[in-house]
Amino acid sequence: MIEVKNLCKHYGDKKAVNDISFSVGKGEILGFLGPNGAGKSTTMNILTGYISSTSGQVLINGVDILENPIEAKSNIGYLPEIPPLYVDMTVDSYLNFMYDLKKCKLTRKAHLKEICDICKISHVRERLIRNLSKGYKQRVGLAQALINNPPVLILDEPTVGLDPSQIIEIRTLIKKLGKNHTVILSSHILPEIQAVCDRIIIVNKGVIAADGTAAEIANKLTNEHKMTVRIEGTKRTAEDKDEIVSALKAIDGVKYVRADMEREKGIYDYDIESDDAIDVRRAINSLCRNKGWNILMLQLSDMTLEDIFMKITTGTMEAIRTTDSDEKKNVLDDYSIGITGGMAADNGEDNEETEGGDE
Amino acid sequence: MGAIFRREMGAFFTSGIAYVFLAGFALFSGLFFSLNVVGSGISDMSPMFSSMFLIVVFLIPILTMRLLSEEKKNRTDQGLLTAPVSLTSIVLGKYFAALALFIIAESVVFIYSIIIALCGQVVWSTLLGNYFAMLFLGAAFIAIGLFISSLTENQMASAVIGIFVLFMLYLMDSLAVNIPVEFIQKALIAASFYSRYIELTRGVFDLSTIVYFISIAVLFNFFTVRVLDKRRWA
Repeated sequence: MIEVKNLCKHYGDKKAVNDISFSVGKGEILGFLGPNGAGKSTTMNILTGYISSTSGQVLINGVDILENPIEAKSNIGYLPEIPPLYVDMTVDSYLNFMYDLKKCKLTRKAHLKEICDICKISHVRERLIRNLSKGYKQRVGLAQALINNPPVLILDEPTVGLDPSQIIEIRTLIKKLGKNHTVILSSHILPEIQAVCDRIIIVNKGVIAADGTAAEIANKLTNEHKMTVRIEGTKRTAEDKDEIVSALKAIDGVKYVRADMEREKGIYDYDIESDDAIDVRRAINSLCRNKGWNILMLQLSDMTLEDIFMKITTGTMEAIRTTDSDEKKNVLDDYSIGITGGMAADNGEDNEETEGGDE
Repeated sequence: MGAIFRREMGAFFTSGIAYVFLAGFALFSGLFFSLNVVGSGISDMSPMFSSMFLIVVFLIPILTMRLLSEEKKNRTDQGLLTAPVSLTSIVLGKYFAALALFIIAESVVFIYSIIIALCGQVVWSTLLGNYFAMLFLGAAFIAIGLFISSLTENQMASAVIGIFVLFMLYLMDSLAVNIPVEFIQKALIAASFYSRYIELTRGVFDLSTIVYFISIAVLFNFFTVRVLDKRRWA
């Protein structure tokens, strides 16, 4: 449906979009996630033909947006960041205008009524857009995108300015639309993307930082092989610590063990990391049973999509690199999975994860 | 193009610009009609038409000021430029909406012709000659105004620059006389809107003037399309 190849957009020296490639299939809901200024809106504006790319190609339904813009655009319904509403018109006259502008062939009355019902704006059709609240303006913007039933919907931050119940409504609506439209949705709100999208692309500083389903990205970066365990030794003193660390290190598959703080008197937490493929939890349990130690707590370092997003986008990666080298290596190894582009080069040489790269 | 034409026509009236324009045109043409035509006891409306040049210089930028600048400011251009329509039809839709309103305003002269017909003889050939001279002048000015509107996001700036540019065109002859370099002087006089227009209102029908005004209109509409196109590449 949508194919984007090596898209670049430069503003002078600034690379707003730097070599982005992805494709979206029919009936897929793609979430475009990134902090402000990551290049989300720029990418969407290029996809819809509002601005041109510096280089690269965009195909909508197989039609190049630059070579045959009118045909390509007729396949797209676009809701920009700021809905393009003429505030001096009534909702009804505006929708009729967009209907004419898009040269829609569907029955006017029935089609507009259907769209107004979907977007729940039927009761404000006679009102001036100027007098509508932000939420209603957003819905009118969505309604105009739906006119002519385009196979591709591109929605730039569709829930901005809506109240919580409206947000849920719009999300439900987008999910519904996703059944027979291809939808690209941008947002910097994570739960939204998680709730609505089949697939997520995280962009940062103009490049794709991650691409996959929410579960995929989460699984890849959330490490089941990374956990914190609180073990009570037999002596309940600091001496236990070294013994436990060396015993844990001896377990097959454990890559890294570090004793953390003394959480209870004489009892320490241990950060354990293991190889991807091996679940060491049972081995740890049996070790403790044999030695007569007690596991008081076991916590997988459950990285939420939010953490991943924050880490990828806020430059924590830079910070990580400057901290102690062991930790740096491990964290970078974790990130190397699912992170493509610039980051790939930074994985240490001893990158053991075989599935590396981008899914 | 049709959709944009209809929307712009509607917007002229909801924004009140249409009323200002129509009233301004009627007021000044009426004034010149009563003073220079009825007052002088002649049935030829040419003096009124020549005086209207300067009025049009001030009125047309008001008509065109918000056509494209407001779209850019309110980001409604995103709706237009991502719709399956060509840039040319966007520009022409707006252009012809403004031109249509200008024609409506200008047609007030036919009311004056009724007044003249009541007490004298209307010379239709002169009247129509004048009418079309003004129409083509308006066509050229509107294209220039629309072009200026495409350059800015601020409609007041668009109006001020528009008035300035059209006023300079009005002054072109007087400026030309003071330029010592002969070929520049000749070029400016040849390009002069005012002297060409005055020739027409005197009943000298010159096809080259009509062609000149139409060419200006086409040229500036083309420039406007280029500005919109170039903005995508910025």
